[in-house]
Amino acid sequence: MDRILEVVIAKYNYWIYIVLMMIGLYGVIAKNNLVKKIVGMSIFQTAIILFFISMGMKKGATIPIIIHGQEASVMASDYINPLPHVLMLTAIVVAVSTLGVALALAVKIHKEFDTLEEDEILEKIRKS
Amino acid sequence: MTSHLPALVVTVPLLTAFAAFAAGWLRPKLCFPVGLTGLGITAISSIWLLAEVLEAGTVTYELGRWPAPWGIVYVVDRLNGVVLAAISLCAFIQWISSRASVKSQFSDRIGAFYGLELLFVTGVMGITVTGDAFNLYVLLEIASITAYALIAMGGGRAPLSSLNYVFMGTIGACFYLLGVGYLYIMTGSLNMADLASILQGMRSSQAILVAFVIIIVGVWLKMGFFPLHGWLPNAYTHAPWPATTLIAPLMTKVMAYVMMRLVLFLFGPEYSFGVLGLKDVVVWWASLAVVAGSVIALSQKDLKRMITCIILIEIAYMVGGTFLGNRSGTTGAIFHLVNDVFMTLCVFLAVSSLAFRQRELDMDTMEGLFSEMPFTMGALVTGALSIVGVPPTCGFFSKWLLLKGALEAGHYEFMVALILSSLVCLVLFFRVFEAAYFGHGERSHGHHRMREAPLGMVVPLLVVAIGIVALGLMSGEVISSIIEPALPRGVL
Repeated sequence: MDRILEVVIAKYNYWIYIVLMMIGLYGVIAKNNLVKKIVGMSIFQTAIILFFISMGMKKGATIPIIIHGQEASVMASDYINPLPHVLMLTAIVVAVSTLGVALALAVKIHKEFDTLEEDEILEKIRKS
Repeated sequence: MTSHLPALVVTVPLLTAFAAFAAGWLRPKLCFPVGLTGLGITAISSIWLLAEVLEAGTVTYELGRWPAPWGIVYVVDRLNGVVLAAISLCAFIQWISSRASVKSQFSDRIGAFYGLELLFVTGVMGITVTGDAFNLYVLLEIASITAYALIAMGGGRAPLSSLNYVFMGTIGACFYLLGVGYLYIMTGSLNMADLASILQGMRSSQAILVAFVIIIVGVWLKMGFFPLHGWLPNAYTHAPWPATTLIAPLMTKVMAYVMMRLVLFLFGPEYSFGVLGLKDVVVWWASLAVVAGSVIALSQKDLKRMITCIILIEIAYMVGGTFLGNRSGTTGAIFHLVNDVFMTLCVFLAVSSLAFRQRELDMDTMEGLFSEMPFTMGALVTGALSIVGVPPTCGFFSKWLLLKGALEAGHYEFMVALILSSLVCLVLFFRVFEAAYFGHGERSHGHHRMREAPLGMVVPLLVVAIGIVALGLMSGEVISSIIEPALPRGVL
């Protein structure tokens, strides 16, 4: 038990992202309502963004802004790694546009079928 | 000028996309020529680039002059040079041929449709040309998001199929991103060449193994490799024709290229085939996927859905061929990728011009098509023969190499699957030809007037059909001068 706890606590950021990711995946696969599925997809993407954010973190480090005139005394270990954060800026844009497209599609589906419940939509398709 | 070619093949379609959006707003008539010019320049640049690569070796382009491991680089070697040339040509031909059907289906939002098509081309060109693992993800999402929108522009069930594609596609891309994250933690690099050299010394790492598996599964999801193909038939069938003819030949094939790039170059053949015991499992799985794809394709009634399902079979060939891990198999897989771009384009364009005249594509209403639309049917026969694998079409030569590779590797199940699926394709297409030639006897065998599709559709179609035969006749040269030297040294 102690050993398990140790593993969980030492790498708790990874555990959080795994749990979030699985919640998202569950939402996409198991939910019947299309908007809930879209929410699941969004959680899934956010989990990965958090994973990247947490990997740039260092113990006792600060934000990576260098004051003018002090470039000579900069130690890399004093600053957190900004690269994953910059990458995630792009990934957030991607996630937002995916979410936008998905919601627009949901609106279009609602216009066509008058419902967002997947089983009702499939029923209507089968009847037509 | 020539030193900027790798950047041009991405920026030209990107800028043209905005021009097309603007033209759709101001002068819808200008959309077509604007895109035609843009894609023409793209196609010429990528062929020029291929010629340059063949002459002088790998071309590297540093964006913003940031040197390799820090900045993003575009790297063009023989493998992606030939893929770039194939997909840009394919996009150019498709652009000409889809003019009439875009006009009739999207007269009110012509700018939006053309703009999205060009953005999609930007995405797939970028995926192929980039040498940076994260940049690949961004461009992949550009291509995917525009593909979702293009598919959803069809009416009826299209938005639902597109939303399903959004779910599957996003999860696939996220898996890829997650794998790249693992690689970044382990190596601190995102540049593919740099990653490859650092990974050399980390063969036994568990994290790298996990990264490999996650990335490959993500890419397979995007490729529509059985059993992750659930989104593919619906999305491509319900999409409007001009979107299907663009997306179907390009998207899955470009993802197959990504798989080859990662397996053969980033992780390297020694790691992908040697350290992991997965090689044989994947070939078995691909054989199963070929058979499953054949069964799915056989059970379709609608012609558009049927040719969509053939993509599943072709994708499984490429996965199997790559993971055979020997020279013939890998060469065959790469050559098949190039061939398949044109084969799929040919078949989809032919069926789309049938649909343009016929509206309904039921087997019962096809009677007399050979005398009504002889050129279109001629091209369809050529494409079909190539998919079945009859010489002298190009499909034969790549299938032959795949068979040879399977024999050398001792994977007899893959050989059986290849031959079986060829027979299934033969049955599939001859069912169509039989219905078109003899009919099912309900209508009178009267005189059929010729009512061929418009010239703008027939000419590009015939060019592709001739191209397929020409590529077959030149296959020896293409393989020995472009594809075989493209393989990494580790492939024996």
